[in-house]
Order: sequence, then structure tokens, then C-alpha cells
Amino acid sequence: MAAYRSSALRRYVIRLAVLMSIYLVTLFIAVKAFRADAVSGPLAYALAVLPALPVIGVFWAVMRVLVEEPDEFMRLIHVRQCLVATGFCLTIMTIWEFLQNFDLVPPGNGGFGAAFFWFIGLGVGAVYNRLTIGTTGCM
Amino acid sequence: MNNRLKVLRAERDWSQGDLAEQLQVSRQSVNAIETGKYDPSLPLAFRIAELFGLAIEDIFTSPSKA
Repeated sequence: MAAYRSSALRRYVIRLAVLMSIYLVTLFIAVKAFRADAVSGPLAYALAVLPALPVIGVFWAVMRVLVEEPDEFMRLIHVRQCLVATGFCLTIMTIWEFLQNFDLVPPGNGGFGAAFFWFIGLGVGAVYNRLTIGTTGCM
Repeated sequence: MNNRLKVLRAERDWSQGDLAEQLQVSRQSVNAIETGKYDPSLPLAFRIAELFGLAIEDIFTSPSKA
């Protein structure tokens, strides 16, 4: 079955490409600045948060697909995908948190935070949709 | 929900893509409805019924009667 590409999904792909480009640039700037010890005080906080903004933008882009998708069945597929992603992310983060609480894993997350696992969860959701309802939704 | 969509489509020699195009939905939607994996909303059910010139209950079987 050919991949489905609505105007909403096309817009999502463009938004994703733009936001990920911004993410890479802001991450590069922040890492450079902190490694060079070039920022401190409020500017350091602002610079640390800067790469998070395009990631938040991706959450917005995903939610826009749910609003803009004209096909009701594909909207259902996308919602299921997001629900699986949310469940997957919460499960991983909860287990991780308890392992940390009992000092069984080191503190910190090595850069793999909730957003990372939510995006992995979107992939899991696509597989779940494929297995249970026959299509991935391609988001 | 059981339905006669596949039969009605075959009678007209339409592919799933042809039907999807006329209903302005994805081919995946038509496939999911035909195989009973997805129940269409009432507006989409009306669009399907109007396209075939039938009543909704002539296409979809009521779950209480299935």
C-alpha cells in the first residue's frame, strides 16, 4: 500500500526539518560556548535552554498534525501513535527514576531525556499501528 | 462493523484508490473500513451512503444485528 501523504503531513515534514536544523545550530552554539567557559549568569541559563526550544517546537508540530490532518482515520492513527509514545516515554522514565532512587544506575541521563524516549516511542507507536490496524500513518 | 463496501465497490469496478478519491479520504481509510478495523464517523458514513445512492443501513450492519 502506497505511503499516505496529506498536506498536513507534508507541512509536518517541512516544520520538522526546519526545527531540527535550528536545534543543531543552537546545540552547536551552546556546546561551544559552555566548553569555552564563555557564558555565566542569566546568559548561561538562556543559552542552556536555547536548544530545548526547537525540541518543544517539534512537540507543537506533532500536535498540529493532529489538528490539521483532514482524514479522520489517519488522525486516529496519529493519536494512537502519540499515546503509545507517551506511555513508552513515561514507562522508561519511571523505571529509570526508581533505579536512580535506589542508586542502581548513575545520576543524570547522558543527554537522553524524556523527549528522546518520546520520539523513540513515536517509532514504537508506528510499529504498533502497523501490527494492529495495518498502517503506520508515516508520522 | 460489518459492511458491504467491498461488494458495492466491486460491482462498480472501483479500486480502493478510486473510492478513496471520490470520498476524499486516504486509501488506508477505505481499506480499514472495508476490513472492519475502523468504523467511520457519521458524516463519513453519510458521504459513503450518498455516493452509492443507498441508506447507511443498506451498507453498514448494525452491531446489534450482526
